[in-house]
Amino acid sequence: MARLVSIPRKSFNTTLAGFLGFLMFFPVLWIVILSFKTEGDAIKAPLEILFATGWTVESYGAVQARSDYFKHFTNSVFIAFGSTFLGLLIAVPAAWAMAFVPTKRTKHILMWMLSTKMLPPVGVLVPIYLIFRDTGLLDSRFGLALILMMVNLPIIIWMLYTYFREIPGEILEAARMDGANLNAEIIFVLAPMALPGMASTVLLNIILAWNEAFWTLNLTAAKAAPLTAFIASYSSPEGLFYAKLSAASVMAIAPILALGWLSQKQLVRGLTFGAVK
Amino acid sequence: MGQIHLKNVSKDFGNVTVIPPLDLDIENGEFVVFVGPSGCGKSTLLRLIAGLEDVSGGQVLIDSNDVTSLPPAKRRLAMVFQSYALYPHMSVRKNIAFPLKMAKIPPDEQNQRVEDAARILNLTDYLERRPGQLSGGQRQRVAIGRAIVREPGAFLFDEPLSNLDAALRVGMRLEIAELHQRLNTTMIYVTHDQVEAMTMADKIVVLQNGMIEQVGTPLELYRTPSNRFVAGFIGSPRMNFIIGEEATRHNAECIGIRPEHIEVVKSDGAWQGIVGVSEHLGSDTFFQVNVLGFADTLTVRAGGEVDLKYGDTINLTPNLNNLHRFDRQGQRIS
Repeated sequence: MARLVSIPRKSFNTTLAGFLGFLMFFPVLWIVILSFKTEGDAIKAPLEILFATGWTVESYGAVQARSDYFKHFTNSVFIAFGSTFLGLLIAVPAAWAMAFVPTKRTKHILMWMLSTKMLPPVGVLVPIYLIFRDTGLLDSRFGLALILMMVNLPIIIWMLYTYFREIPGEILEAARMDGANLNAEIIFVLAPMALPGMASTVLLNIILAWNEAFWTLNLTAAKAAPLTAFIASYSSPEGLFYAKLSAASVMAIAPILALGWLSQKQLVRGLTFGAVK
Repeated sequence: MGQIHLKNVSKDFGNVTVIPPLDLDIENGEFVVFVGPSGCGKSTLLRLIAGLEDVSGGQVLIDSNDVTSLPPAKRRLAMVFQSYALYPHMSVRKNIAFPLKMAKIPPDEQNQRVEDAARILNLTDYLERRPGQLSGGQRQRVAIGRAIVREPGAFLFDEPLSNLDAALRVGMRLEIAELHQRLNTTMIYVTHDQVEAMTMADKIVVLQNGMIEQVGTPLELYRTPSNRFVAGFIGSPRMNFIIGEEATRHNAECIGIRPEHIEVVKSDGAWQGIVGVSEHLGSDTFFQVNVLGFADTLTVRAGGEVDLKYGDTINLTPNLNNLHRFDRQGQRIS
C-alpha cells in the first residue's frame, strides 16, 4: 500500500534533504572554489572570496611543479587496491567459514574482530612502527597495503559475512552434490551470487584505504607516500597556503570522488542488500 | 551400480542423538521412500547418505565401496532439494550442464546431454531462461534435469514436491515414477506424506525418532504393520484404534481396524453407534461414528450414495480378517 504523503510535507522533505545534502557537500565545494583562487584572494573573508573575480589555475601548476602528483597517485592506487586484494584473499574464506560452518564461537569472533576497530590506532603505533622498522617495511607500498588490509579486515569480513548469509545453504550443497570442490563452489556459485555485495565491499574498502591518513602519514617518508601525505605536505613547513592546499586536496580526492560517483548505485544497493527482501 | 548399504550408521548433534545406530540395505534400481513425521530424522538420514552430514559412527557403503569419508562430490549421487536449489545466476542450460562442467565433460557432449535431458523433461523451450522466470513446476523439472544429466549411481530426493500446489504434485509424482521406470536407477525419496510413499515406493522405510520402525513394500506395511505407529501412519484416513473391553475380548491391549474394513449393516451389527460428522468425497463417504462403550470415535468408510444423517443410529461389523492386534508395547500380535 502506498503511503499517503501530503504535497506540502513532500516539498518540505525535499527541501530539507536538499539542504542537508548541500551542507555535507559544501566543504568539498569550498575547497574546489579556493583551489581556483589566487593565494591572496584565498585568505580573504568568505563572502569576499566568493565574489572575488580572479579565477586562476596557477595553484595547480604550482602544486604539480613542487611535488610529483603522479607518484603519490600511483602509490595511493597501489595501496588502496593492494590492501583490498589482500583483504579479499583472507576475508572470503573467513566469511565463508563463519557464514556456512558456524560454531558456538562464531558470534564472539565477529564481535572480537569488530572490537579491534574501537582501539585507537595510536595505541599500537609504536609497536607497529618498530616491527615495520625491523622488517624493512617502513616507507614501502607493500607494508602500507598490509597494514591497511589489517585495519579494514574486520569490516570486509563483516560485510561479506552478511552477504554470504543471505545465500541459501542448499544451493551450495547442491553444488557439492553436483561434483564441485570447495574452489569450484566459491568461484562458480558463491562469488557470482554474492557479486553485488562483494562489489560494494570492494568499493567501500578502496575508499576507506584511499582516505586513510593515520598509518599512511606515520609509516611513510618519501618513497611510498600516497595522496594523503601529498595533501599533508602543504599544511606544514612554510605556513598555510590555502589555495595550494586546496588544489592539492582536489587533486587527491577527485579520483575517489569520481569512483564513488560512478558506482553510487552499486554502493547503495550493496549496502542495503538484504535489508529489504 | 546404485547399491547402498548403511552399517551401524548413527548421528549425534552435540549431546543429542538424532539417529541411533541403524542398518539399512537398498538394492540396485529400487525406489525407496523414507517416510515419517517431521523431525523423525529422515532428511538427516538422506544427508548422511549424500555426505552432506558426517556420520557419528558406522559406515556408508555404495556398491560395496566404503564412502564414509568421501565428500558428496565423490559419491556419484545426485540430489533434488525441497527448495530446488537452482543456481539463480545461471540459465537453465547452464544449471543443467553444471554437473557435467564439474566432471570436465567436453562442451559438445555437455550440450548433447543437456538437450536430451531437456527433451525428456519438456524444458527445451526454456533453456535460455533464468530460474527466476520459471514456475514452480518448471523449476522442479530443472532440478531433476540437473540430477539426471550426469547419470548418477542413485538419486536422492528431499521432499521435492512439498513446495508445489496439490494438482501439480500429483502430476510430478507420476513423472518421477515414470522417470524411475525409464532410468531404472536407485532412487531414495524422503517425504512426510504417506500417500506419496504408498504410491511411489518399491520399499518404504518408516522412521520415528531416528529409528526404523518397519521396512517393507507398501502393501506389506498396509496389511501387516509391525506396530501401532506404522499402523497409524500408513493408510488414509488413519486406522481406528480401540482399547478397553473390546480389545481384551480379542486378547490384545489394543486393536486396530481401518475405516475400509468396517462394514455398515442394516441390523445386528457387532457394534452400534451414532453417526457424527460425515465427509462426502463422491466415490466414498467417511463417517465419524460414536460407538457405545468406545473411548474414541471411529472413522468408517461407506459407499458414495449411503443415506445416513447426523444423529442416525448405525450398525457396524468389522472384517475380522483385517483386524490388527497390538500388545502393551504397541507391537503387533500375530
